[in-house]
Amino acid sequence: MKIVVCVKQIQNPEIPPAQFRIDEEAKVLIPVSGLLPVLSPFDEQAVEAALRIRDRAGENSDIEITVLTIAAKGARGVIKSALALGADNAVLLSEPTFDGSGGYVTARNLAETIRAIGNVDLILTGRQAADGDAGVVGLGIAEILDIPAITFARDVQINDGVVTVQRVLQDGIETVEADLPALVTISNELGKVRHASMRETMRAAKKPVKEWMPEDIGLDATQVGSSATRYNLERLYIPVNDIECEFIGGNTPAEIAANFAKHMRETNLI
Amino acid sequence: MTEKNNGVLVVVEIIESQPIDLGLEMLALARRLTDSMGGTVTAVAFGSGLETTGDILTAHGADQVLINDNAIFADFHAEAWLPDLSKIITEVEPAIVLIGHSESGTDLAPRLAFRLDVDVATGCESIEIINGRPHMTRSCFGGLAREVVTFAKTPALATIRSKTQEALEPMMERVADVKTVTSILDVDSIRTRVINREREQATGAKLESAKIVIGGGLGLGGPEGFKTLNEFAELVDGAVGASRAACDLDWCPRSYQIGLSGRTVAPELYLAVGISGASHHMAGCGNSKTIVSINSDPNAEIFKSSRFGMVGNSQEIMPALVEEIKKLKA
Repeated sequence: MKIVVCVKQIQNPEIPPAQFRIDEEAKVLIPVSGLLPVLSPFDEQAVEAALRIRDRAGENSDIEITVLTIAAKGARGVIKSALALGADNAVLLSEPTFDGSGGYVTARNLAETIRAIGNVDLILTGRQAADGDAGVVGLGIAEILDIPAITFARDVQINDGVVTVQRVLQDGIETVEADLPALVTISNELGKVRHASMRETMRAAKKPVKEWMPEDIGLDATQVGSSATRYNLERLYIPVNDIECEFIGGNTPAEIAANFAKHMRETNLI
Repeated sequence: MTEKNNGVLVVVEIIESQPIDLGLEMLALARRLTDSMGGTVTAVAFGSGLETTGDILTAHGADQVLINDNAIFADFHAEAWLPDLSKIITEVEPAIVLIGHSESGTDLAPRLAFRLDVDVATGCESIEIINGRPHMTRSCFGGLAREVVTFAKTPALATIRSKTQEALEPMMERVADVKTVTSILDVDSIRTRVINREREQATGAKLESAKIVIGGGLGLGGPEGFKTLNEFAELVDGAVGASRAACDLDWCPRSYQIGLSGRTVAPELYLAVGISGASHHMAGCGNSKTIVSINSDPNAEIFKSSRFGMVGNSQEIMPALVEEIKKLKA
């Protein structure tokens, strides 16, 4: 059984906001120097979801986990870390103009690559990339491939050609199933991801990584990158925050609380 | 490119036969957009028991209401919605389609975009018409940045964040064309099966409608901290929410989560207790009228978004605050 996990390499989203900078003229992120890119956290959890499926199936299962990413040349770091977590192999669609091509092009290109991989039973993605925050690509892949999609999973199980998903609702959980092939997007409620073991990290270097160019899978220049893009980024900026914080005085917690309660009364909040 | 501009189509989410606030907020946005670019406002509602829905949506700004009333639409299911909704949009030919950035809207909108072969901007805070084209502003990079996007194809789809727009005062004398949709749904085409659904009885819609929201974070030190927050909320008729970190640790129900991947609130007062102020949390409460925060770290990020701050141990300040409010109310 083949599982493909789509992953994206991004700047570490956990940096202090003060370090986050934008080039408004070029409408791009200014990378923090010396900071290593990471797997988008929801995607890392998608890799974990695949590994849990394989763990449950046991040692002798026929489950093969392929990590798939689209990136400019040199984006092997993200693939290495996914392989070190335990994925079996990887496919890199090398596309130098990929950055900023948008959800439509990304979904199309990933769907074509998945077709080229062939006979894929389950596709996993993060619920959204932690840089664009769009949440469009996973569902787009499913629509293009005309397969069922289940979003926001906290648990994914496979039994007899059926995927069963615990799906996170705003105020609860629902259990949803679909016949394979299917696509599932993973939410943060999946929980903690494993750390790469020394053994897997050593093995990762020897795992097969296929690097495809768009033409290798029948995509021509009009179907990739900026030439295929249907959206225009008019502006990218950091919102200005001109709030001045007034600290409530008091020498003890009780005094501070009393002063704030008084303020609430004066402003008719109570 | 030939494009018709039949205004704005709003997909109004119905829960228990009632339109949700976000649907009414989007109708107000649709009215403002059609004022600027022309065309009419079409409201679409899928649900069950929608006898009064047409009147409510008309009063809140719709020129045309399309009702798809069927027991199968009582609970949201993307695959059941898509055939009828795609057909309606193809027939109405709006310039813009607005969908709520809710649990169901975020599941529906991307599918709909690909099915119609158009593009979608998710999590929008505002839309402006510039030179006749919708410019959509949305949050990205975990709430740290905003981007403004335009699309080459029509209609432009957008999911709208809760509480970023203000609903119109209902005008019962408004008149609209209310029609019933003839469904083309073939139930055999539905490939995903909902086996079981469990919703918590907890806060429900109260979090979004409360005038005062109290958010708890890691600074509470554990699940016990939420007891004091609940006590405070009860005293001031507020609702309790939380940061993702607190939810991930199971200190409170998951339904409390406020932020990028949780709920969006915009109360009169947001009291952030022991919350550091990560941008993905602020994405869910940044539109609050006044943010007041309690944090032991005077340099905490949250104070940069707060009108008032209290520096100290929230586990000491909160119980004291509960006592003070009790005194004032006595």
